[in-house]
Amino acid sequence: MEKRETSKSEMWGKLLDRFVNPIISIIFALAFGAVLIVVIGNDLGAAYSALILGAFGNLTAFSETLLAATPLMFTAMAFSVAYRGGMFNIGAEGQFYAGAIMGAWAGNAITGLPPALHISLVVLAGATGGALLGFIAAYLKARRGVHEVITCIMLNYIAINVTNYLVSTNGPLRGGSTLPATQMIQETAKLPNLLPPTRLTGGFMIAIVCAAVLYIFLWKTRVGYKIRAVGLNPIAAEYGGIKSLKYAIITMALAGALAGIGGAVEISGVLNRFYGNFSSGYGFDGIAVGMLANNHPIGLLLSALLFGALKTGATAMQIQAGTNAELVKVLQAFIIFLIACKWTLSKFIERVQEKRQAGKQNHFNKAKEREEA
Amino acid sequence: MENILEMRNIVKTFGKFIANDDINLEIRKGEIHALLGENGAGKSTLMNILYGLYRPDSGTILINGKKVEIREPRDAIALNIGMVHQHFMLVQPFTVAENLILGVEPVKGLALDIKKAVKQIQEVSEEYGLEVDPSAVVANISVGMQQRVEILKILLRRANIMIFDEPTGTLTPQEIQDFFKICKTLQACGQTIIIITHKLKEIKQISDRVTVIRAGKNIGTVETSEVTEQKLAEMMVGRKVILQTEREEQQAREVMLEMENVHAKNSRGMPALRGLSLQVHGGEIVGIAGVEGNGQTELALVLKKLIPFTEGTIRYKGKPYTKNVSTQELIDNGVAHIPEDRQKMGLVLEFSGKENLVLGMEDWKQFCKGPFVDYKALDAFGEKMREQYDIRCKSVNMAAGEFSGGNQQKIILAREISRNPSLLIVCQPTRGLDVGAIEYVHKQILEQRRLGCAILLISYELDEIMSLSDRILTIYNGEIVASYKNGEVSSEQIGLAMTGFRQKAAEGQQ
Repeated sequence: MEKRETSKSEMWGKLLDRFVNPIISIIFALAFGAVLIVVIGNDLGAAYSALILGAFGNLTAFSETLLAATPLMFTAMAFSVAYRGGMFNIGAEGQFYAGAIMGAWAGNAITGLPPALHISLVVLAGATGGALLGFIAAYLKARRGVHEVITCIMLNYIAINVTNYLVSTNGPLRGGSTLPATQMIQETAKLPNLLPPTRLTGGFMIAIVCAAVLYIFLWKTRVGYKIRAVGLNPIAAEYGGIKSLKYAIITMALAGALAGIGGAVEISGVLNRFYGNFSSGYGFDGIAVGMLANNHPIGLLLSALLFGALKTGATAMQIQAGTNAELVKVLQAFIIFLIACKWTLSKFIERVQEKRQAGKQNHFNKAKEREEA
Repeated sequence: MENILEMRNIVKTFGKFIANDDINLEIRKGEIHALLGENGAGKSTLMNILYGLYRPDSGTILINGKKVEIREPRDAIALNIGMVHQHFMLVQPFTVAENLILGVEPVKGLALDIKKAVKQIQEVSEEYGLEVDPSAVVANISVGMQQRVEILKILLRRANIMIFDEPTGTLTPQEIQDFFKICKTLQACGQTIIIITHKLKEIKQISDRVTVIRAGKNIGTVETSEVTEQKLAEMMVGRKVILQTEREEQQAREVMLEMENVHAKNSRGMPALRGLSLQVHGGEIVGIAGVEGNGQTELALVLKKLIPFTEGTIRYKGKPYTKNVSTQELIDNGVAHIPEDRQKMGLVLEFSGKENLVLGMEDWKQFCKGPFVDYKALDAFGEKMREQYDIRCKSVNMAAGEFSGGNQQKIILAREISRNPSLLIVCQPTRGLDVGAIEYVHKQILEQRRLGCAILLISYELDEIMSLSDRILTIYNGEIVASYKNGEVSSEQIGLAMTGFRQKAAEGQQ
């Protein structure tokens, strides 16, 4: 029997899956959050308007949103590219740290360079640090069959603790301040401020460029083709001559590099020195950001923007409406939960249609029985 | 003769797909009735409705003239309907007896009355002449024996309408003949048998009448004695079909592939190839006949260097496989492969048809521009392949998973054959395909043979091997145990060799 061609409703289904599904999940999450706010006894209108205005209300708010979104763009890319290659990169946190410390070191230790070059080196250093961690995880998988989730989790701990040691009292990279941090990076290593008096720097633009390059890489190049093939069907890929283990290593190294660049950019653009334990879970949030966007490089930019907005808006919500900022974490969790459940509008419609069909058939059968009796 | 079973106006849809379109079926008491149709025609669905696994959207079923409601298999069993499925439903670690009483266990108080069970089994066994060893573990008995257990299972539940779904797919030729003997015995004992199949030869051999189902409709019911295989095929497909592919006599050329004493392990680390040797010449089709599980999978894998071989030599175009030769190198040098599971091994279902067409060739000059994939070239190639290989689809940009089985196989064929290979390894090329698609695939394989390609055909369908091969080798336990020239051997002899019986090679050492 010839399979029927993609009908119009199936194309709508695909569109629904890619765009409407995430949007529905967000709306449902916000609805659930609204219920929570009312139950707690806070003013729903004040809370949500503070949330939205706090994220997008004015230029300062928007710039803070972008700054909060930027590291998430990188860690989401780190997760998504690995996912496309068939691997689960839970190590973006460690890769982010590795990139940050390398970036802080390169930003400080190297002097006498013009800013464009220095910043490029900082970014490169960050990429190298992250790539190293990604490579280790993938190499162990290729050679010893160790699942990358296990190695990545262990490498996360290693990265956090090694970097903490490096900036501990008497640690080799300690910068002499009272906080566990490196020295400040050189002026030439700092990403320039785009919009004083806000804190906005060009970090997000680097993220956008990386996302665009990633898109082209995955869908237009030969290596990208192989990576996607391995991610979708490693057996067929092997039969087609693609060494899946070799490309797993390339994929994870690339993923690590992206997270590492994120770490370096955060140092260069916002913090200007490496503080021990500075990440608020960027690596793990990146997983949610990536999945919300269906692991698409361009989509995850928007997804990161949303998560960044929630973060920024949360503070405003707490200050102005008194609603605990932790509520935003609940919203994030609910979004992830709904995505994971694949609560899609299309499936809902399907179910309603099925029920209607069954109802019609029942009616038809009963009518026939009455006829024959 | 009265009808023991009548199915009237059966309609069954799955969403938008109409599986059974107002089907009427009449089965006479005591006959062996064949249900013939291509894959997806609706014959299995119809029988699943009879057995209570599906509920029809509308229609009625009459047993012995009385209307019945079959809501679940239990109702069917109560009506003395029994079904033996294509994939046996036996618990492998259990004994034959334990499997037979599953669900109808005789009990003495709280304990299982095994003695009573064995007695019941022996009674039915003798009544129908079906010998089984009640204490044997199912995992250790042959497939033919397992089928007997399945048959006994439904007899124990007092079936007198027996439905067999593709009963001969996994049997050796000898076991198939045994099965037919059993059917005749059952018929003599008053059983009514319905056989779902797509095998024309077998229908001619065993059935009294045939009903042909095509695209969800009943095309017609005929007396088997009054119809030819050719006519049945036409009814099944809806147009004239070439059943016997024309293979011209042809001189084989030089040796393209030589395997000497090759040893290889399977995925569980057990020896799968134990000193396998063979030769394939250009312009020749060598068919490997054997029961599944005797090393065929590993033979194909080792030739594509997807698994290593521990001993022996493989020579392709005169040059031996080195330890480190990669699959890509072999692909680049003219080794083509049609894998046995097209969806798992041959296609990336989420990739478009045209992206699948270059799998393995993405680094070739004509498909890339520097580090980039040349999508324009890919588009042109896709269109060319679509035309040349008659791939039916709305566009080659559709995801491969949306193509029908036959067209998926055409994508793989197009990909592998368009490179003018020198060695073509074909595994189960027509599995799950309808008669029309089978015809096409066989035509393509023969065309490659005409062009001088060396072809190794690994198939579990003896008919296919005998139809296409110049030479036939039987594989057993990872070795080639017999070698014949096609035309000088019967299917019974091959069947015997498939069970390991060694014979002197028909023409010298392979």
